[in-house]
Amino acid sequence: MTSYALFLGCTIPARQPNYELSARKALTKLGVDLVDLANMSCCCPPPIQSIDMVTSLAVAANNISIAEAADLDILTLCSGCFESLAMANTLLREDNKLKTKINDILSKAGNEFRGSIQVKHFVQVLKEDIGFERLKQSVIKPLNNLKVAAFYGCHALRPSNLLKLDDPERPSILENLIEALGAENVVYRNKLKCCGGLLRGSSDELALDLAREKVLNATKAGADCISTLCPFCFVALDIGQVQMKRKFEGTYDMPIIHYSELLAMALGVDPKSLSPEIHRIKLDKVLSKIM
Amino acid sequence: MEQVNSGTTLTQDFSIKVSDHMGGETLKHCYQCGTCVSSCPVAKLTSSFNPRELIKLALMGAEEEIISGESIWLCCSCYNCQERCPQKVEIADVFYALRNIALKKGYIPSVYSKFSTALFDEGRVVTISRFVENKRVTLGLPSLKEVGLDNLRKILQATGFVRLEEKEEE
Repeated sequence: MTSYALFLGCTIPARQPNYELSARKALTKLGVDLVDLANMSCCCPPPIQSIDMVTSLAVAANNISIAEAADLDILTLCSGCFESLAMANTLLREDNKLKTKINDILSKAGNEFRGSIQVKHFVQVLKEDIGFERLKQSVIKPLNNLKVAAFYGCHALRPSNLLKLDDPERPSILENLIEALGAENVVYRNKLKCCGGLLRGSSDELALDLAREKVLNATKAGADCISTLCPFCFVALDIGQVQMKRKFEGTYDMPIIHYSELLAMALGVDPKSLSPEIHRIKLDKVLSKIM
Repeated sequence: MEQVNSGTTLTQDFSIKVSDHMGGETLKHCYQCGTCVSSCPVAKLTSSFNPRELIKLALMGAEEEIISGESIWLCCSCYNCQERCPQKVEIADVFYALRNIALKKGYIPSVYSKFSTALFDEGRVVTISRFVENKRVTLGLPSLKEVGLDNLRKILQATGFVRLEEKEEE
């Protein structure tokens, strides 16, 4: 059985049990074992990078060192965590001088970054450890007739030289994962454009404009839902639509659903056990098509 | 090339200060082609944010204008510009460096003071309430492991990370 240290981060355990439940249940069914390690803190994503880049790198490296001590690769669900940890992992493996500087800092906590493990996003584990074909064969309830707009967000893909997950301009991993469940992958305009999630709190108006464009484009393309990989994209698009209804004319009822939720349902997990009440835009439209 | 606004104070060696800062190393490679602007989702929505202009100001030494303005906080960190820059300027990272410098000088948007406080006090940027902890049990999720706050604080102390106090609006 493949084992990973599950890096949960902050937003998922605090706000999105739908992501955590679906990912845990799906991975268990697929034979991936998740280990919850103690002493892992915030990953120190862009908001902390904005405050101090050295701190962000050091804390990310500290989190990696804890998984190294347990001899486990890290699996992240949140793309913010993925970006922060995978970036630190590549930077420190490629730059010895930087590694020494960061290890001087980690030594105060009695830890050391060695560069001995991998940091993988949930979708990478599905592709590399399970594979699209095996995934297809594991599906019990194919999502036939469901039209899904794939949304990568930014930090699963970019900066691509450090994250190395997929082609940043023409990625295919999520589309393949969607099709493996029997669903239709919908082509829509500006698919790779940012959801504005990180501007929430500092520039709400711009954030909402970016999210709205995404929802409108997916709606126009006839999607039944937008499938996300990141809790920030989920908030920007799901709660974002509640805000859009107040501010703009028009209908905003595009269900936003993490890929892990689609996966768990296709593997036969009861949707009621996945905390569906978290969704502000209800999933009825999606569920009626696949149940 | 257009000039900076008349009345802008230029700080000598500001571009060196940025280049020496983590994230700012590639600043001087910029030749002002504007590929960043055409790749930027925010620049399409507002004239208040223009990555090429911001890089130009950093190169010219308009430190005060940059760190006291709202522009550096409008980057959505999507990294599109950085992916496409023909000169391999790590543009989003340069903006992080500029934010780091602005915060050290006391220009602190309130959301960042909240993030720094949460990291320092809880080891997480989003607080986990007792309600959430209880709900996890009901949902059958494992209880959360401790974050290792003592060790985290030792690291924060070593990097000089402090709680940011929000600056009073004048």
